[in-house]
Parts: sequence; structure tokens; C-alpha cells
Amino acid sequence: MRAVLDVRNLTTRFSTPTGALVAVNDVSFSLREREILGLVGESGSGKSVTLRSLIRLLPSIASQSGEVIWQGHDILKMSPKEVRAVRGGQISMIFQEPTTALNPVLPIGLQIDENLRAHTTLSHRERLNRARELMDLVGIPEAARRLAEYPHQFSGGMKQRAMIAIALASNPRLLLADEPTTALDVTIQDQILKLILDLRDELAMSVIFVTHDLGVVAATCDRMAVMYAGRIVETGTIADVFARPMHAYTRGLLGSVPRVGTERSPLMSIEGTPPGLSSIPRGCAFHPRCDFATNVCRVSQPVTETVEPEHDVACHNSLAVLEAGSPVQ
Amino acid sequence: MSDVVISAAGLRKSFPLPHGLIDRISGKVPLAVHALNDVSFTLHRGETLGIVGESGCGKSTLARCLVRLHELDQGEIHFEGTDVASLSGPARRAFNRRVQMIFQDPYSSLNPRMTVRVILTEALSVHAMRPAVEIPARIAELLDLVRLPQDSADRYPHEFSGGQRQRIGIARALAVEPEILVADELVSALDVSVQAQVVNLLLDLQQRLDLTVLFVAHDLRLVRHISHRVAVMYLGKIVEIGPTEALFAASQHPYTRALLAAAPELDPSKRSRKIAAKGELPSPIHPPKGCLFNTRCPHAFDRCYAERPQLTDRSVGHQAACHLTNFDPKDSLK
Ligand SMILES: Nc1ncnc2c1ncn2[C@@H]1O[C@H](COP(=O)(O)OP(=O)(O)OP(=O)(O)O)[C@@H](O)[C@H]1O
Ligand SMILES: Nc1ncnc2c1ncn2[C@@H]1O[C@H](COP(=O)(O)OP(=O)(O)OP(=O)(O)O)[C@@H](O)[C@H]1O
Ligand code: SF4
Ligand SMILES: [Mg+2]
Ligand SMILES: [Mg+2]
Repeated sequence: MRAVLDVRNLTTRFSTPTGALVAVNDVSFSLREREILGLVGESGSGKSVTLRSLIRLLPSIASQSGEVIWQGHDILKMSPKEVRAVRGGQISMIFQEPTTALNPVLPIGLQIDENLRAHTTLSHRERLNRARELMDLVGIPEAARRLAEYPHQFSGGMKQRAMIAIALASNPRLLLADEPTTALDVTIQDQILKLILDLRDELAMSVIFVTHDLGVVAATCDRMAVMYAGRIVETGTIADVFARPMHAYTRGLLGSVPRVGTERSPLMSIEGTPPGLSSIPRGCAFHPRCDFATNVCRVSQPVTETVEPEHDVACHNSLAVLEAGSPVQ
Repeated sequence: MSDVVISAAGLRKSFPLPHGLIDRISGKVPLAVHALNDVSFTLHRGETLGIVGESGCGKSTLARCLVRLHELDQGEIHFEGTDVASLSGPARRAFNRRVQMIFQDPYSSLNPRMTVRVILTEALSVHAMRPAVEIPARIAELLDLVRLPQDSADRYPHEFSGGQRQRIGIARALAVEPEILVADELVSALDVSVQAQVVNLLLDLQQRLDLTVLFVAHDLRLVRHISHRVAVMYLGKIVEIGPTEALFAASQHPYTRALLAAAPELDPSKRSRKIAAKGELPSPIHPPKGCLFNTRCPHAFDRCYAERPQLTDRSVGHQAACHLTNFDPKDSLK
């Protein structure tokens, strides 16, 4: 299958009064048609900034380099007008907190209509019909009545469904989902995850799914990329990464999640905490917390290598990690 | 089973909604959120009882009622056989010391203008735990207990990471040598790798200090890992309670089964496209008549709309509140 999105050496810096901070560091990955890529990592690892960098939805203090090739064109080289057409058009984004992303003073129907007007050539009547169809598609019952309602009249799960309906209005080829279920209850999360899977099948979209929940990744994604301190440290199919993690951080993350059969015994855990952007350690950024670290890790930044087919890792000791085995098998 | 330290019977708590002048003039009935609807359970010495359920089901309200941060509308809580509502003076202070709550939010529950030393000294002094001369040594001991470096004592909360702040909260609770810890979403705000550190610490402390723990969380995996017994709440009621293993392997309530099926499995080979539970939580202002779960339950039948099921025995120490009594343990949950 061919790649719809190709990201090469993407780097995003924030210039702050105390100096430049690199939030996304030399990130490369590609995404295929209909593929769901999970982007995982702990708080502050750069997942949201990566997602926003793809569509240049960044504050003015940010500067970017690298390439984001979308359907043959580099988004980073597009004019502001061209970017606006892609963003919210072929590429849509949904956010973690639907409350902040929805406009509180506009009825839901109008918010869907705005997107339809901006990105389609439908007539007024056609847009109204399409809005109803979209509400049905995302599982909001009584669409006709609910289109006239305001966000505060929707529950958390319904708001997230409405957000998805708005995002789908433009018929996107790529959906960027930033922790769309983190704020939701587990039974509602389950409904939304399955909705996203159904939509992917029906609309043949690709999805980048940001989450810090490895269970969500295991249950929904095709491939995953693990971020640490602004870099992607491991990429592979879900089955490979869970069964044969090759980066010590990935292995530690997998071991930190409680699982059946180990009740009341110590979890693997990872000592220490992730570094701040202003104090990213030299060499491999993970070395101060790493059980596998050797001298080379303290001085040189590991390069990303394809160790197995479709399985990339940036770790000096990936073979030792691989040999140590997966904590979830 | 070991001895009962806390027993709660028929707890009810509701929060009235604002009832304005216009509402009163127009004769509207005052409304209330029914946060606890007849909750009963016991807590045994040395055990961890996990409380799980989705947002708004009343977990925090239950925890707060237990440490008397909320007054109950109805029901009784007995601590070592004595009704805690009847405690006063020294007996009440002793209860306050022996039952400690650790809060979810490590940021807001620590005074930002106090160093760790001042925070811990205050806790030690309020209950006169140690003569002044012994306080520095006790602080060193407490920091050691929660595995914080000794130089932490003279730093301020903002100088610590989330996981470290949570440890300061634990050290403060442990300073008064409690017997019961009530932990409300202790690790929910933390990253997984740090979550694991705090979970390991809690397991270790419980064993060393013989603590009894009420562990409130919405994360099923976590609760299963930590608890000896688990209670599942739905709309202010315990719908199932039992030994962890029995409750997870052979759950006897459709809601527990839905929760389990909805929690994403860490094993990518166990995927399912089936939706675990349809619909959403009903409003706690107008809870359904009959079984509270009847609006979402795939098994609901006539009786479920007419009569509210009570907790009944299913196996040793395992109770569920459902009119159906035959759930095949081999029945796949997915
Ligand atoms: N506008 C900004 N100015 C300066 N630094 C920023 C800005 N936005 C983000 N950052 C920093 O960039 C880093 C990456 O942030 P990002 O939001 O991508 O993390 P994340 O992986 O999405 O974390 P979370 O799981 O908490 O959402 C963080 O250290 C953050 O503080
Ligand atoms: N002080 C209060 N005043 C009014 N309503 C309250 C108050 N505290 C809780 N409630 C309501 O009582 C119900 C139970 O809330 P509670 O905080 O106990 O739920 P919870 O299970 O802890 O949820 P979460 O998982 O979101 O923490 C909710 O509907 C909540 O809105
Ligand atoms: S009592 Fe009825 S509605 Fe309630 S959980 Fe059991 S079967 Fe479902
Ligand atoms: Mg984020
Ligand atoms: Mg709560």
C-alpha cells in the first residue's frame, strides 16, 4: 500500500525568553491509506506538538523544519492559504477536550454547516441533509432536533461525537485524533474507539491516533510510534512492538501497565521521570532512566535503524532489549 | 476473614441543586443529585478494597463520607464497632488520625508556600505524634519510607514532579501513623511509568505498616492489580462486590461485565469490534426506577423496570445486585 503521508526529519522549536526549546526532534514516519497509526508516549513527550506541526497549527513562537509530504506536496512549503485549505479539509483534527474545541455559543448544526460551507460546494438544502447524515454516522440519535442544540446540552461522549461529525464534514482523507477518548468514561471510550474504526472502514480514511494508553493502542491501531523527549524511539506494527519491544523505554512502558496474573506484585516501572525540554540529557535522552544503558548511551545519540522488517528503533542496545523479552507475553 | 474495622450500612447522600426564588414561586420541586443510594460494605483489617465505577458514580462522595468530610443524609459508619457520628472530643480526634485520606490532586492539596519539612512538621504536631526534639529524625524516616531524597525536606512542592508530590502527600498521611488509608484516584494524574512507581510504593508500605486501604479509582486494571476485594459502583450504588479474582473471572452483574469488556485489552490479539455497553449514564438527578442499569442492560426484562435488585450472595463473599442469577463463568466477556 502506498503512503498518503510522509514525514521526514520534522523538527519543531519554540523560541522562549530563556532560549530555544526543541519539542519535536527529527521525527520521521509514514502513513498508509486506511492505516491507523498510534502515537504514544508520556506527558510532554511531544505528541500533540507533532500532530499540530503536521498542519502548522502552532503558536507564532514556533519554527519548523523538515518535510511533511501530503499527496505529493510539502505542507511546510505551502502558502498560508493552501495550508488552510488542507487543514479542516483533506486533513481534519479532533481534540482531547471537546468542550474547548466546540464553540459554546453556536448550535452544533451551525458548526457542522460552517465546515460544509468552507470545504464543499453543496447547496443549503444539501448541507442540511448532509449534517443529518453526519449526526447519524457518528451515532447521535434524533439528529434533526439535536442539530439545533448547543454544546452544553450534550454529554461528554456526545460532544466528542459532535466533534467527530464536524471533522468529517469536509470528507477528510486523514483524521488527526489527539487523545479523543482520554476524558471519557471507559464504556463511552469503547463506543468512540469502535466508531473511529467503523468510520475508517466506511470512509477509507487514514488516522493518526495520539494516546498515552497502551491498551487503546493495542485495541485500535495498526502500527505504533513511541515518543520520548521529542523523538520517535521505536516504530512498528502493533503485534511486533508488543511482542518484541526493542527500545528499553517501550519495554518499560509495557511493563508499567498492570496486567492479569501479576496481581499485587511489583510492576516493572521506570525509575525517575521524563526530562524537561530545557534539560534533555546528552546521548540517548533516556539513558539516566535506562536499565540497559552502557557508556556509548551517555555520549552518542542513537540513530534510527530498521532492525527487523517494518520495525525501526533508535537504541544502542536494542538487541539486549529484544533478548530480555516482552513483559506482556 | 480477618476482623472488620469499618462497616458502612445504608449510606445515602444527595446534593441539592440550586433552587431559586422563581423555582419556588412557580412551585417547582427542589431537585438533588443522588450521589449515594443505599451503600453498605465492610472493610477488613489489612486488606485493600478497591472501589471502581465511571465518572459521577459516587466514588469520591463515598470516600469523603468515610473520613467525615461530608455529613451523611442517612446510614451509619461504624469504626471498630462504634458509630463514628457519635464520636466527639479525643475520640473524634483519634478517628481523624487513624483514618487518613490522600487526595487525587497532589498540586492543590499541598500548600505551595510550605517546605516539605514544614508540611510534615505540621502533620506531626497537630496530633502531637512526637516531642519536638524527635521531629527531625521522624521527618528523615518518613522521607526514607516514601523514597524521597533527604534534601527534599527543605524544598517547596513546585520543585517536585507529579509522582514526587504524590509521595509527599503519602508521607504527610503516614506521619500520623494511620491504620486506614483512603486513597482517591491516587495515581490517576500520573504518567504510567510513574504510576507504577507509586503503586509499588503503596504495595510495599501496606505490607510493612499493616495498613488497611480503600483504593478508589476508575482504572479497572489498576484496581484489579492492587485490591484484595473490589466493589463496583453505578449511579451511587454498589452493584457488585467480591474477592478480586472471583469478581473479574466470574462477574455476576451485567454492568461489571460491560466495564470489563470496554476496558481495552493489552493483548493486541484479543481485539473485538463489539460495543461493550450501549447508551450513556442516566442522570443522577432522575435515576431510573427499578434496576439503575436497566436503561443500558442487554438482559433487562419486566422485573428490572419494576423492582430495584438488592445485593444477594453469589458465592463466598461475592454479592451482586441483579435479578438474573445465572451468569456462566465460562461465558466469554468479549
Ligand atoms: N507554546 C509552547 N511554548 C513552549 N513550549 C511548549 C509549547 N507548547 C508545548 N510546549 C512544550 O513542548 C513539549 C511537548 O508538548 P506536547 O503538548 O506535544 O506533549 P504531549 O506529548 O502531547 O503531552 P500530553 O500527554 O501531556 O498531552 C512539552 O514539554 C511542552 O511543555
Ligand atoms: N459538593 C457537591 N455538590 C454537588 N454535587 C456534587 C458534589 N460532589 C459530588 N457531586 C455530584 O455527585 C455525584 C457523584 O460525584 P462523585 O464525585 O462522588 O463521583 P466520582 O465517582 O468520584 O466521579 P469521578 O470518577 O469523576 O471522580 C456526581 O453527579 C457529582 O456531580
Ligand atoms: S437487574 Fe436486570 S437490568 Fe439490572 S443488571 Fe440485572 S438484568 Fe440488567
Ligand atoms: Mg498532548
Ligand atoms: Mg472522584
